[in-house]
Amino acid sequence: MTVSGDVSGADTPGPPPAAAQRGGRARVRRHPLARFLLRRVLIAILLAWGITLVTFVLTNLVPGDPAAANLGQRALGDPAIVAQWRQEHGLDKPLPQQYLIHLGGLLHGDLGTSQQSHRPVSQDLAETVPATLELAGAAIVVSLVLGVAFGVVAALRRDRLTDHALRVLSLIGISVPTFWLALVAFYVFFYRLQITPGSGRIDPGLTAPPPVTGLATVDSALAGQWDVFASAVGHLLTPALVLALYTIGLLTRFTRSAVLEVLGQDYVRAARAKGLPGRVILFRYVLRSALVPIITVAGLAFGSLLSGTVLVEAIFAWPGVGQYAYKSATTLDLPAVMGVGLVVGGVYLVINLIVDVLYGVIDPRVRLQ
Amino acid sequence: MLDITDLRVAIGGRDVLGGVHLSLRQGQVHGLAGESGSGKTMTGLAVLGLLPHGARATGTIALEGRDLLGLPQKELNKVRGGEVAMVFQDPATSLHPMLTVGRQLTEHMRHHLKLGRAEARERAVELLGKVRIPGPSEAFGRYPHQFSGGMRQRIAIAIALACEPKVLIADEPTTALDVTVQAGVLRLLRGLCDDLGLAVLLVTHDLGVMSAVADQVSVMKDGLVVETGPRAEVLRAPSHPYTRSLLDSLPDAPAPLAAGLADGAAEDSQEDRRADGESA
Amino acid sequence: MTRRLPEAWRQPLAIVGGVVALAWLVIALAAPWLAPHDPLAQDLPRLAAPGPGHWFGTDQLGRDILSRVLYGARVSIPLTLMLVALSVLVGGLLGACAGYFGRWVDETIMRVADLVFAFPTVILAMVVAAALGASLTNAVLAVLVVAWPAYARVTRGLVLGVREREFVLSGRLLGFSVWRSLRVDVLPNVTGPVLVLATLDIGTALLLLSGLSFLGLGAKPPSPEWGAMVAGGVEVFDSWWVATFPGLAILTVVLAFNFLGDTLRDALDPRTARAIKERAL
Repeated sequence: MTVSGDVSGADTPGPPPAAAQRGGRARVRRHPLARFLLRRVLIAILLAWGITLVTFVLTNLVPGDPAAANLGQRALGDPAIVAQWRQEHGLDKPLPQQYLIHLGGLLHGDLGTSQQSHRPVSQDLAETVPATLELAGAAIVVSLVLGVAFGVVAALRRDRLTDHALRVLSLIGISVPTFWLALVAFYVFFYRLQITPGSGRIDPGLTAPPPVTGLATVDSALAGQWDVFASAVGHLLTPALVLALYTIGLLTRFTRSAVLEVLGQDYVRAARAKGLPGRVILFRYVLRSALVPIITVAGLAFGSLLSGTVLVEAIFAWPGVGQYAYKSATTLDLPAVMGVGLVVGGVYLVINLIVDVLYGVIDPRVRLQ
Repeated sequence: MLDITDLRVAIGGRDVLGGVHLSLRQGQVHGLAGESGSGKTMTGLAVLGLLPHGARATGTIALEGRDLLGLPQKELNKVRGGEVAMVFQDPATSLHPMLTVGRQLTEHMRHHLKLGRAEARERAVELLGKVRIPGPSEAFGRYPHQFSGGMRQRIAIAIALACEPKVLIADEPTTALDVTVQAGVLRLLRGLCDDLGLAVLLVTHDLGVMSAVADQVSVMKDGLVVETGPRAEVLRAPSHPYTRSLLDSLPDAPAPLAAGLADGAAEDSQEDRRADGESA
Repeated sequence: MTRRLPEAWRQPLAIVGGVVALAWLVIALAAPWLAPHDPLAQDLPRLAAPGPGHWFGTDQLGRDILSRVLYGARVSIPLTLMLVALSVLVGGLLGACAGYFGRWVDETIMRVADLVFAFPTVILAMVVAAALGASLTNAVLAVLVVAWPAYARVTRGLVLGVREREFVLSGRLLGFSVWRSLRVDVLPNVTGPVLVLATLDIGTALLLLSGLSFLGLGAKPPSPEWGAMVAGGVEVFDSWWVATFPGLAILTVVLAFNFLGDTLRDALDPRTARAIKERAL
């Protein structure tokens, strides 16, 4: 899960010059973190290149024939048409050459043209990725807040009623099929109870805000269009909550065990022996340590959220990458599939990078090696 | 100073301590010896109310007249760190790995003594000097993993002394340390006891450690104190058969440790510097 | 003489989980006798609400949903169990080899595992399933591709932990062949935690499998597979019964195995529990 790499060779902080002690200390402290960050970013770039290679190889090793998926029955019968189609899409050149062309294009931001939409893949993605990020982003925020809070409460009230109740609830959370829940939520809250808006990102009557980030909520807030903002938030609510249920369950369970593990540590007992108030011990001692495994899980949880969007976007007519990925996969639209693979892999990579960086920020043992 | 009378502790129905009697006096190191499972650590934990989940304690633990067992949480929290402090066995785990040494030194100082940041920092650096940490100002901003085992335990002792407690409970303070470093830490404890007039409860299974620094010695077996008295008497002419068997099981004389302590303070910093260079 | 279940198993969660799981296994076996109608027959009134004669209602082709749900157990449950068994076998074997032989074997296997971990599960499974062509077998293969690395990682870690232990070394010194050493010394210490992971994974596997079918990449109609049935209910969502009952079926099966697996994990030695803690999310 973590970006593997060599963590040795950081500064060993020797005694700084006697003068400017405070400045010296700050320099020493900032330095190792910066080097740590740099190292992580370089490794991430390397991995990004690896992902391009892998997506290319995988999509081309696929047994399905893209020609078969994209041409009609009659066209398939005529070898000339098939050959022409293949030539048009550069599929007749040797693979390594195709890869280099592909890589060259990537570096120019050219991801090829989608066979489905007949538009540049990069354009398709530019439209769909922000929508999914908005959805997944909202879901992860909700999951983190609720999941960690529930987990901490369950750990502190260990073996009491609250703990058992939360345990059962979180088990239910990770057992519910997301696609089914999306449908049920849509039916109950929109169709029956009519308390949440229907599909799409904003009400059909309203015009979209000027695109700055592509996130309807942020853009409308930035433009001061508060009615659009309210509509965007309302539309975001149900799909985000549906997506979040699984990760809330996940985070609750994991936080609980992480906190329990920390509570048993000697340094917590030593902190109590110092007479520190309970709240201080909880936040400064317990949560700080528990945060490391929790961040790991949060990273994985975001991955599962991205996955979940594939199942949920169709039902809420959310124009995101999930739907796009599904369409491209089923039609074997190779450029589009590769584009999705790159973007999704890339996003995941960035998340992992953030997780690694957070490790370094929180745990001095990691950055001061 | 601290009188433990008829302390009984039960965990999950099982009796861990069956009626312990112990007294600590100012300026004295009281050694509490026994094998694992004898209840010596439990006794120490009971004083601060740090017994494990589900333990029941009865009896009296009187700190200058006040019964600690009956105190409500808020009062007990004031006693912890402020009047009674504890040093744990393994400094690698009893110090929080993600907080600076300075933070761990000053946080309870600021809480109990209501000190400001600068003041607390001054005192902390002074304390670090007192426990012989080289370069105390820089050490303030470092993290526990950047120090050797012996230095970490000294830091733990400094933390314990930060709020000027009257009683110090040291639970196997040298057991997790290299033998070369143990003498230094023990010498430090003895010195602090003498200088500050602390009442020290030194819990250990190692009779050699006991013979080096303790004034009074109590021996525990199966949750009870079976013998108590001045060190010289108990260790040279024990009256209880169990004490005798403990002494008999020692390999020859515990001379090296005691001899190490008899040597001057110069040895002390040299050992630590060497150990620091090896394992930092 | 009655054999009592060990203390840890007598948790209410485990009992509920065990009973429900058992019930579904029975249903899977006995569906032909339990189902009131032929699951493929389209002879009932279409989109009839739940009521006498069709307790779960009927779908848009006039098929009895109760019967289809019951028969669906015969599709989903054996497939899921087989899928997990295969994942354990493939992943466990690869992981054990990686841990035991080390060096380039280890490196290759772990790098491939990392590659799989670099992509979110559903998306990867979807691409693989789409590439292989939509069918239940291919969906199973797709989930297999996505699931084996977790087992490989865990097994490798456990094998690494056990490999250097004394009893293994002494076995080798006594002249055990590599395979005998693996079989007799290493494997028995590894199977426990892996089994717990597998139990917890049954739920995940079913969710993934039915998710793929929901997307149309798994079971082909008219097969009464639960995920596909939910998909069928999307277009007639106001006839809520069409999608609700198959989904509930999935939920109860997954929940039952999660209850079981969770209790199993608690009952384990805390040492080995830590080894699977990282993966058994």
